[in-house]
Amino acid sequence: MTSPLEQKKIKIAGPSVVTANRTWDGIVVYRTAAKGWSAELSEAAIVRNSDEARALLAESIADDVGAIGPYIAPVQIGEDGKILPGNLREQIRRTGVTIGQPAQV
Amino acid sequence: MYAYDEIDRTLVNERVSEFRDQVKRRLSGELTEDEFKILRLQNGVYLQLHAYMFRVAIPYGTLATNQLRALAHVARKYDRGYGHFTTRQNIQFNWIKLAELPDALEDLAKVGIHAMQTSGNNMRNVTSDQWAGVAPGEIEDPRIWSELIRQHTTLHPEFSFLPRKFKIAITASDHDRAAIKIHDIGLRLIKNEKGETGFEVLVGGGLGRTPFIAKTIKHFVHGRDILSYIEAILRVYNQYGRRDNIYKARIKILVHELGIEKFSREVEDEWRQIRNSSLEIDDEVIEDIRSRFTYPSYEKLPHMPDELRQAAADPDFEAWRKNSVAPHKVQGYSIVTISLKPTGGPPGDATAEQMDALADLADKYSFGEIRVGHEQNLALPHVAKRDLPALWKALDKLGLATPNVNLITDIIACPGLDYCSLANARSIPIAQELTRRFANHELANLIGRLHINISGCINACGHHHVGHIGILGVEKNGEEVYQITIGGRADENAALGTLIGPGVKFDEVADVVEDIVEAYLALRERPEELFMDTVKRLGVEPFKERVYATR
Ligand code: HEM
Ligand code: SF4
Repeated sequence: MTSPLEQKKIKIAGPSVVTANRTWDGIVVYRTAAKGWSAELSEAAIVRNSDEARALLAESIADDVGAIGPYIAPVQIGEDGKILPGNLREQIRRTGVTIGQPAQV
Repeated sequence: MYAYDEIDRTLVNERVSEFRDQVKRRLSGELTEDEFKILRLQNGVYLQLHAYMFRVAIPYGTLATNQLRALAHVARKYDRGYGHFTTRQNIQFNWIKLAELPDALEDLAKVGIHAMQTSGNNMRNVTSDQWAGVAPGEIEDPRIWSELIRQHTTLHPEFSFLPRKFKIAITASDHDRAAIKIHDIGLRLIKNEKGETGFEVLVGGGLGRTPFIAKTIKHFVHGRDILSYIEAILRVYNQYGRRDNIYKARIKILVHELGIEKFSREVEDEWRQIRNSSLEIDDEVIEDIRSRFTYPSYEKLPHMPDELRQAAADPDFEAWRKNSVAPHKVQGYSIVTISLKPTGGPPGDATAEQMDALADLADKYSFGEIRVGHEQNLALPHVAKRDLPALWKALDKLGLATPNVNLITDIIACPGLDYCSLANARSIPIAQELTRRFANHELANLIGRLHINISGCINACGHHHVGHIGILGVEKNGEEVYQITIGGRADENAALGTLIGPGVKFDEVADVVEDIVEAYLALRERPEELFMDTVKRLGVEPFKERVYATR
């Protein structure tokens, strides 16, 4: 995982969100425009340039009690405006393992 | 079984209350994540993609039935009903909540289980042969020495802040089931001419980004000197180890850079100074530990009971028996390996129901004892041969009698991109697809012994370098790509595999493995020539040709 500090140098290539894991239970969360965290990607604040991304990340890092390990992740915006994960890793984080858990096999 | 003493019980309990307090302070914001991270790592708590992961130690792979039930309880109450047995005699829970972790730790502490030495830059869980104490021809039970080292190194300041994590494995059999040559220190228990117990000491093995097979640093270290000798190695490591660069911090790099001769001279110098100190082990200490290991009171049983003779008519039973049942040092008994590699399942996972049921079966048929091996399977170490047919039937009902131990579908795989935040590619779905491709038992049996190992990134948790066929997931332009090696092995003749060519895509991996296997079947001189031997005889070229001819 890229550390937040390294990411400060990174420029984003397209629409992005800040994601992390919620501190008390570890679930995947996204930073919202209301300066909170949500488990729903649809509620994530979208940033479109590097300055916005850095600002959103800085604000997220400052909320250390809420969530851990925040970083910038790419998203895709569908034609209907729906936010979709931008890569396989983020897709797996959003929808869960691709393997079926043992009880389901 | 091993009975913990009062000191251990106190330690484990204190540890729980300490961690409860730390978690409380973390959740209130009194501790930042930066401050807390090292504390959680000392208690086996990682962060994965979806949640925290909790790694629990199973020292030298020995579990009592009440301990296995406690693991089932944790899986059920605090997780999603299953656990994942790892290649280092640990179990991992993938969905645990930080707020509930102290309770889980407390429940485990009641049965003497903890998460010390499972993560962080310290001495890790000392692993051993899962057949320790029962394997025919074993020189002596290696767990006594594993326990000695465990006691000495647990929370020892000198071993708690090393340049990097540090792993020791011990074997006492000719056939190495503990993969000692890929550990930072590997110990092979032997006897000298006087019949005294000691160790051949190997050092500097490891996989990851820069894999090395361990080298012998000393041919015989007397048992009474083993702690001072290990300490001498660690002192040299502590002194020279690269704390500045995480990629160069493992002892294997130091051994490689100094050369084994210079490294061993440094260790020798250090050892001279501490050898005759309080680190010298009294026989009494060993005897005390030995006395805490209890062994079953075996009955005098026939070599070939009627039950077994009758069951031999059932081909399904025979298929299972032939690859899951191994000889025991006591006549009339067997060691039974329980495959955690069902067709289509994630390697190494067991559900809470399976764990509970297996605990019942161990009480009934294995003197209440279960073992965990590095191949991500379990074992029942003391099964009377007359009970094998009944045990098989019960295991089969639980989905735990897949007759594939040591066959091509007995795959070792790391969690990969389905769970792990360091991953570049998925491992488990590759394993699942391969188990489906080779689900036909006759085919798998025809192929014979063949180990496939899969890692989702260069850290090599799935030991891909030492797989007969090794599969490493990397990322290329946002896509999962897999590099295939052949010819690795993890046993006493440990060797690193050779890359056969350019990486292949996710969807192609199983086809490539099929091609490699077909090439092997066509090339082998006779059915007994194992895959490994064919690769050794012919090199990688013919396999490479076959795989890339049409790609
Ligand atoms: C969140 C999960 C995990 C993380 C973050 C993780 C991380 C790592 C890292 C960073 C290394 C390389 C260490 C080095 O070279 O210094 C490593 C090695 C290793 N891991 Fe994991 N691991 C995870 C899960 C597992 C699992 C599930 C297993 C067992 C199935 C495992 C077994 C190993 C082993 C045996 C090695 C040793 C390879 C060597 O000799 O370097 N790990 N792990
Ligand atoms: S090999 Fe890589 S992907 Fe697999 S568990 Fe280890 S760190 Fe994670």
